Amino acid sequence: MTPANTSLKPEISSSFEWEKIRADFPILQLKIDGKPLIYLDNAASCQMPQQVIDRLVRYQTTQHANINRAVHYLSEVATLEYHNARCKLQQFINAREDREVIFTSGTTDSINLVMHGYGRKFIKAGDEIILTTLEHHSNIVPWQMLANEKGAKIRVVPINDNGELEVDEYEKLFNERTKFVGLIHVSNALGTINPIKRMIDFAHRHGVPVLIDGAQAAPHIPIDVQALDCDFYAFSAHKLCGPTGVGILYGKAALLEAMQPFKGGGDMIASVTFEETTYNTIPHKFEAGTPPIAAAIGFGAAVDYLMDIGIEPIAAYESSLLEYATGCLSDMPGVKIIGTAAEKTAVISFTIDGVHPHDVGTILNQDGIAVRTGHHCAQPIMQRFNVPATSRASFAFYNKKTEVDALVAGIKTVQKIFL
Amino acid sequence: MHTNSLYQEVILDHNRKPRNYGKLDHANHHAVGHNPLCGDRLDITLQLDDDQINNIAFQGESCAICKASASMMTTAVKGKSRADAETLIHEFRELATGKLDINQPHHLGRLTVFSGIRDLPTRVKCAILPWHTLHAALNSIDSTSTESTESAPPVPDNA
Repeated sequence: MTPANTSLKPEISSSFEWEKIRADFPILQLKIDGKPLIYLDNAASCQMPQQVIDRLVRYQTTQHANINRAVHYLSEVATLEYHNARCKLQQFINAREDREVIFTSGTTDSINLVMHGYGRKFIKAGDEIILTTLEHHSNIVPWQMLANEKGAKIRVVPINDNGELEVDEYEKLFNERTKFVGLIHVSNALGTINPIKRMIDFAHRHGVPVLIDGAQAAPHIPIDVQALDCDFYAFSAHKLCGPTGVGILYGKAALLEAMQPFKGGGDMIASVTFEETTYNTIPHKFEAGTPPIAAAIGFGAAVDYLMDIGIEPIAAYESSLLEYATGCLSDMPGVKIIGTAAEKTAVISFTIDGVHPHDVGTILNQDGIAVRTGHHCAQPIMQRFNVPATSRASFAFYNKKTEVDALVAGIKTVQKIFL
Repeated sequence: MHTNSLYQEVILDHNRKPRNYGKLDHANHHAVGHNPLCGDRLDITLQLDDDQINNIAFQGESCAICKASASMMTTAVKGKSRADAETLIHEFRELATGKLDINQPHHLGRLTVFSGIRDLPTRVKCAILPWHTLHAALNSIDSTSTESTESAPPVPDNA
């Protein structure tokens, strides 16, 4: 997005316009036990606007067939629409070519694809893989499986007390055995935005490829994979107002071509005999079987919806919500915010003195407030801060300040019950 | 379900001042229980002589529901026979999962304050974890989890 585009939509910053955008989300009209739903679990999954729901209905009612196969009308329409969705994603992340965008079942699947396709082919005994303390389990466990299989070693970048990566320590981890870096763009548990450009550049100076887990970044930060020069970038549709069950893996064409396939099956082949199979070209080599066609087309519609509002205005508005919520919660006695990085998305992980997060979640739910409680699939972070779990409020552009006020009131109720 | 009816004074009190909290020095039965979904961890030690629970203690990191359930459980089973404890374990599980008719005869007494948990499926395991762990300790299973089936208490014949 260019600054000129942003300036065409100055009205977006007014609260009136955000109220109008909020009205696109039918689920936000729900009442929970008679109380209006206050949905603050967007980092786990974001809600879907009517425009995307309508697109799914239109596909399913007028365009559905299997793709890449038959010569009949519906198959051609579905194939074209699926391809169009790929091109929308290509545009969304500014990939050089559409064949560099592979549809997967989500971020976890994308990371596993890289582990099997790249890792199992190129990583050998004694090699080292660098990960960070901020990784989600989905960017830890696949690499552990690989390390165990190959006799490779995992090295971990530490974080400071604010929940920021210690980039100097990261740079010290590199040596001639370093063969891969797995790096989360934005921490799901803390909201920390990592300095990935600097870290990618450093890895490249050592000839090491970098995978970025962008699940939490893509909804909130404009992504330009060419400017970042990352080798792989992964994210899921359902955190971007799209359907569950679909995500993408971006990979540089040359790397994807050098990799071995992940799953075998239909569509990923050029020819098959019982003696030998020749694999299809990318992206098809990595899309075995019938893909989630409807979900991918819905993903395309979600990306259209977000690009229409603009990721930059979204980020600016969410940042104002974060600032307001951080101010409110910081002022509350007995409430501690975990993760106070200078650069954050609108995520607040917090603890309340003397109250376990699960009790917090259950009591907030009584007021219709949905937060996530637990370890957020990031147990190493919890261990680093010496807490078993936290409560996490994560905001989207359809949230509003009065919902932050409701959260504050809900926390006061929790404290009163546990007085 | 109104959550406040779950977070009643008796539960809050046991959470604030858990009874039999700690570790027995001379325990002859011991088990650790985990709830991998939320990270709760409970350590139960007990002294079982001639099939009677002469002493019991628990410690661990958990939510109020789990801690209060553990605390009330220790007061309920201390001095009881193994068979009576197993009956309570069974009845408590039935209560928490909404299968027990509390108007029919049972042995739970004040433990029925946990009846509201059946309306909160995500919290049922918090309440059950201590009982699951006690069952494991009584049966010399060192470690158990709310996700494991092999250590789930059997349904007694007289249930």
